[in-house]
Amino acid sequence: MVLFFQLLIDGLASGAIYASLALALVLIFRATRIVNFGQGEMATLSAYCAWQLCEWGVPIALSLLIVGAASFLLGVLVFRAVIKPVSKASTETVVVVTLGLFVFFQALCLWLWGADQRAFPAMFPGGGWDILGVRVTASTLGILLVLLCLAATMGAIFRFTRLGLAMRASAYSSEKSLLVGIRVERMLMLGWGFAATTGFIAAALVGPRLFLSPTMMMPILLYALASATLGGWDSPLGALVGGLIVGVAESLGATFLPFIGADLRVVIPIAVTLVILLVRPVGLFGSSTVVKV
Amino acid sequence: MNILTVRDLSAGYGATDVLHKVNFTVEQGTIVALLGANGAGKTTILRALSGLLPSRGVVEFGGTDLRQCSPARRVELGLAHIPQGRGTFGDFSVEENLAAGAFTIRDKKQIAEDMERWYSVFPRLAERRRQQAGSLSGGEQQMLALARALMSRPKLLMCDEPSLGLAPAITEQIFEIFKSLNDEHGMTLLIVEQNADLTLQFAHTAYVMEAGDITVSGLASELLSNEAVQQSYLGV
Ligand SMILES: Nc1ncnc2c1ncn2[C@@H]1O[C@H](COP(=O)(O)OP(=O)(O)O)[C@@H](O)[C@H]1O
Ligand SMILES: [Mg+2]
Repeated sequence: MVLFFQLLIDGLASGAIYASLALALVLIFRATRIVNFGQGEMATLSAYCAWQLCEWGVPIALSLLIVGAASFLLGVLVFRAVIKPVSKASTETVVVVTLGLFVFFQALCLWLWGADQRAFPAMFPGGGWDILGVRVTASTLGILLVLLCLAATMGAIFRFTRLGLAMRASAYSSEKSLLVGIRVERMLMLGWGFAATTGFIAAALVGPRLFLSPTMMMPILLYALASATLGGWDSPLGALVGGLIVGVAESLGATFLPFIGADLRVVIPIAVTLVILLVRPVGLFGSSTVVKV
Repeated sequence: MNILTVRDLSAGYGATDVLHKVNFTVEQGTIVALLGANGAGKTTILRALSGLLPSRGVVEFGGTDLRQCSPARRVELGLAHIPQGRGTFGDFSVEENLAAGAFTIRDKKQIAEDMERWYSVFPRLAERRRQQAGSLSGGEQQMLALARALMSRPKLLMCDEPSLGLAPAITEQIFEIFKSLNDEHGMTLLIVEQNADLTLQFAHTAYVMEAGDITVSGLASELLSNEAVQQSYLGV
């Protein structure tokens, strides 16, 4: 039983990271019906930048703040320079373009910083607590708190602000939004900015657990894609819950299903997702209007 | 004085034009009907006017050349368009729909006042202010669409087939509201309809469209009593 709770807590921590990247994917999909396969690699670039600032002697908190803002601009820039020109193109074209973003940002990191792994500075203190035999580290708690804040902030923006209303309206129908005077394209652009910052948060949470490398977000992207599918591609709440479920399923499955073990654990989120899609094709929180991608 | 002047307006979908150099005007403070059979191009005109479709020609609205303006700017200038099929946000609450309608208004106090005002005109919406718009009946949705458009304090309200799918009594009610907006507030309205008989009773002037062009225009009362027009164009 203690083992179960230990795996549950550890799974929630990984799940929180998948959830943040899934949230970034869903923010973009909701607004533009695009799956940004480059989201993870854009986040990797941001994480490298944060690491570089720290190397140059900038305190970690400040460098996270700077890069958080810079990531927003990166998202806006990618939208303006790459996505907007193909916004009327076919789905296949757009998929190729976002795969191109994936390749480009990975190559850029490799070119700038090489393939060597770098140690990302720790954001949370090292200690932890033993609660009835279950070890909860400060880093686990920190990750969960970050996700909570992220979710609360996003929720508050969407629900209570004029900007949030306009972003939701634009995601619902660009034409109807234009007719009430919303500058839809600007909202999509901001959506890409928010997503890039959210992706960076995911990468900054992963950074200290793994090492920094140009390919570090690839497995996370896979899990995030599964999480978004699980939760429903048009639901931010679904992305969060989906991420947590995938994290827990991975953690429990790798231990309790002997035939899977550590090597095959990546299969678990995909299996969970398939099962849920069989029962509910639009995902847990998805609305029926979404076409499957 | 004309609030809207349209000259040689052409627009369409893709390479083919649906509208062929359409000309018409809307006089300030009047109700203007735009009639015609299904497929004549009425919706296309409204979409070109509100900037949802690219167009060629001249569109002058209160002295501004609308074709230079983004759709959002046109709303700011006082043009409101209730599209065919309502144009409400189905998964927003009634109140959020009204808030979205007031997107171009910065004055919070004015928004709150307008909301209460339209709630008092449409008590059904007030009762359902927390309910999802998608769950309303057709008539309630049309009222919400109307209230949503009015939240932007339009100078010219364009409405595309308000009677579509509504019971006659509710259609009548909606037209009465158009009339009172015009009588009491001097609002200018451009109403697209297939229900010619009813619309002509409320409108001052009317245009009849056929195959992407305006072929008949005149006072509503004249069109209503002109039998030749009735038979050949309005099918009543
Ligand atoms: N989205 C569209 N794509 C292509 N053609 C369209 C589209 N919408 C309307 N049309 C065509 O434009 C013409 C005028 O349509 P419309 O303006 O909707 O007519 P009305 O509103 O008078 O019924 C019709 O021949 C119709 O087939
Ligand atoms: Mg029509």
